[in-house]
Amino acid sequence: MAIVGATAAAAPDAAASRVSARTCYRVAGLTKTYRTGRRRARVEVRANDAIDLDVRRGEIFGLLGPNGAGKSTLVRQLTGLLRPDAGTVELLGHDLVKRPDAAARLVAYLGQDSGALDELTVGLAVETTARLRALDPAAARAARDAVIEELGLGELAERPLKKLSGGQRRLACVAAALVGDRPVLVLDEPTTGMDPVARRAVWSAIDRRRAEHGTTVVLVTHNVIEAETVLDRVAVLDEGRVIACDTPGGLKALVGDEVRLDLVWRTDPPQDDPAVARLACEAVRTGRRWTTRMDPGTARELLAAVTSGPAFDTLDDFTLSTPSLEDVYLALGGRHEGLVKG
Amino acid sequence: MSQTLGRSSAAGSDAEPLAAATPLWAGLAAVYRAQLSRVRVSRVPLLFVAVFQSVGIMILMRGVVDTGSDSAREAVVAGSSVLVVAFVALNLLAQHFGALRAANALDYYLTLPVRPAAVVLGIAAAYASFTLPGAVVTAVIGALMFQLPLANLWALLLVVPLSGAALAGVGAVCGLLSPRQELATLLGQLGMSAALLLGIIPADRMPMVVEWGRDVLPSSYGVDAFIATYGTPDWAAFGADLAVCAAVGVAMLSLATWAFRRTARG
Ligand SMILES: Nc1ncnc2c1ncn2[C@@H]1O[C@H](COP(=O)(O)OP(=O)(O)O)[C@@H](O)[C@H]1O
Ligand SMILES: [Mg+2]
Repeated sequence: MAIVGATAAAAPDAAASRVSARTCYRVAGLTKTYRTGRRRARVEVRANDAIDLDVRRGEIFGLLGPNGAGKSTLVRQLTGLLRPDAGTVELLGHDLVKRPDAAARLVAYLGQDSGALDELTVGLAVETTARLRALDPAAARAARDAVIEELGLGELAERPLKKLSGGQRRLACVAAALVGDRPVLVLDEPTTGMDPVARRAVWSAIDRRRAEHGTTVVLVTHNVIEAETVLDRVAVLDEGRVIACDTPGGLKALVGDEVRLDLVWRTDPPQDDPAVARLACEAVRTGRRWTTRMDPGTARELLAAVTSGPAFDTLDDFTLSTPSLEDVYLALGGRHEGLVKG
Repeated sequence: MSQTLGRSSAAGSDAEPLAAATPLWAGLAAVYRAQLSRVRVSRVPLLFVAVFQSVGIMILMRGVVDTGSDSAREAVVAGSSVLVVAFVALNLLAQHFGALRAANALDYYLTLPVRPAAVVLGIAAAYASFTLPGAVVTAVIGALMFQLPLANLWALLLVVPLSGAALAGVGAVCGLLSPRQELATLLGQLGMSAALLLGIIPADRMPMVVEWGRDVLPSSYGVDAFIATYGTPDWAAFGADLAVCAAVGVAMLSLATWAFRRTARG
């Protein structure tokens, strides 16, 4: 939440009052359909369906959604890689549909695959990327050393990417994306496969760039914790459409003040206990886990009854939590169980 | 391209100025350096395979061709030397570009402000440059086997890069335009087989149709240029053949550059 405060404080600036000066990306009616297969077996997938979005300068904007929601398709159009079937993408005053190559000179992009860098060492991958962003040799080496230090990649600098673990390789790719300070970062699932230490290093590197240079970040994630921790605003995607777009707090307010009560039983709980009976008819069961959503007062009451009565002996674990973005996604009518909680 | 980009930076009065584009040479050098380190590991075994294959073919041909004829011996040695280039520049490059495309790896280059020409040339140059030792070794072994002079071996310094450019261009186009990776591999191998058959069999023994095939294959001009340096060198023919290689190289690498940009925006 401190992150949101920081943006608000930076905003009141004379030039910033003009709408265009505050907008990084303006996306309207963006539509993309993939066509695969020959005539008879023709399959059409509408990966993006009339997407409207505004990303403000200097914000960390998230795209959250399950696999196949159309997040990668959207960011590939934001980076000039894919031509939309319909709609417009404006990046810092440049029309990306007409001039897709402008994106390469404003945006650093981290794609989902690392193919092109796999056989290079971490150091050379980062340095080459810096050179290809027009840094001269000395500046490229300095920038390489700085970002490798920043992300704690020093020990791995001489190792080829393909010899690293998935998370380490991803971190090296993040380093390549960050080198050469671009005003806009578009990162497609940057922290996939990373351990918590690496993940935090990425989040703080992103945050530092925003604080020091006003960098705008568009970050694709299907990780709810990541979304709640680092994003200023988040667009929730489902089946090619934006089903909601707000701050994480604002989105959670949509589901009201319901809380979630999770109970995990060691063995079958006593059915004659009234609290258990009440929970039994409301809970969604997955194995021995019961999940219920209810107002906070009732949840506290039932939890107190369960933990002080005979049912407590059969109880293994319980959690009472405020709504997460996953609850928001489901409450908004999301139809997939693809979001990651860890 | 730099001109059009220059204009776009003036688009819209309050548009953010674009960062500098990477100059062609800087981009080419960076890609070349990275690619060279990438192929370093596989360079020695691949060269060994390429040379082994060419030497094997020369041994085979010794039993087949009329070793009394100068032109036949020259054709076999020159063809085998250029075959090393075809193996790497055409076959391996087609495979590499096919694989890059299949893995979405071209996205990496396409989202950097580097010219497609720098990427295509850098990758092609890295592959082609490690063929030179292989071609020289093959030419030396061939000259010893077929009693040919070694005096004009330096000509390979021109023949290898120029026929390398032409064949690398063909390889890159095959790799970038094939809708599927397996097809890219197949085309690369077909191209190499054609270079093998058409480049090594002495031209005067071929039926008409095959000779036309030989005329459209860029490696033939590299072979002919090298043949021209044997005996009493015919430098005019040498120059003319190399000019064809260079022209095909420019045309094919331009086509590859175009294909590179096209692939991305499917
Ligand atoms: N190149 C492609 N060809 C055909 N279908 C595709 C292609 N890329 C993605 N799709 C389809 O488009 C939909 C959205 O994919 P994607 O944008 O990758 O989703 P996400 O990144 O949210 O997981 C999926 O149904 C996917 O199968
Ligand atoms: Mg994706």
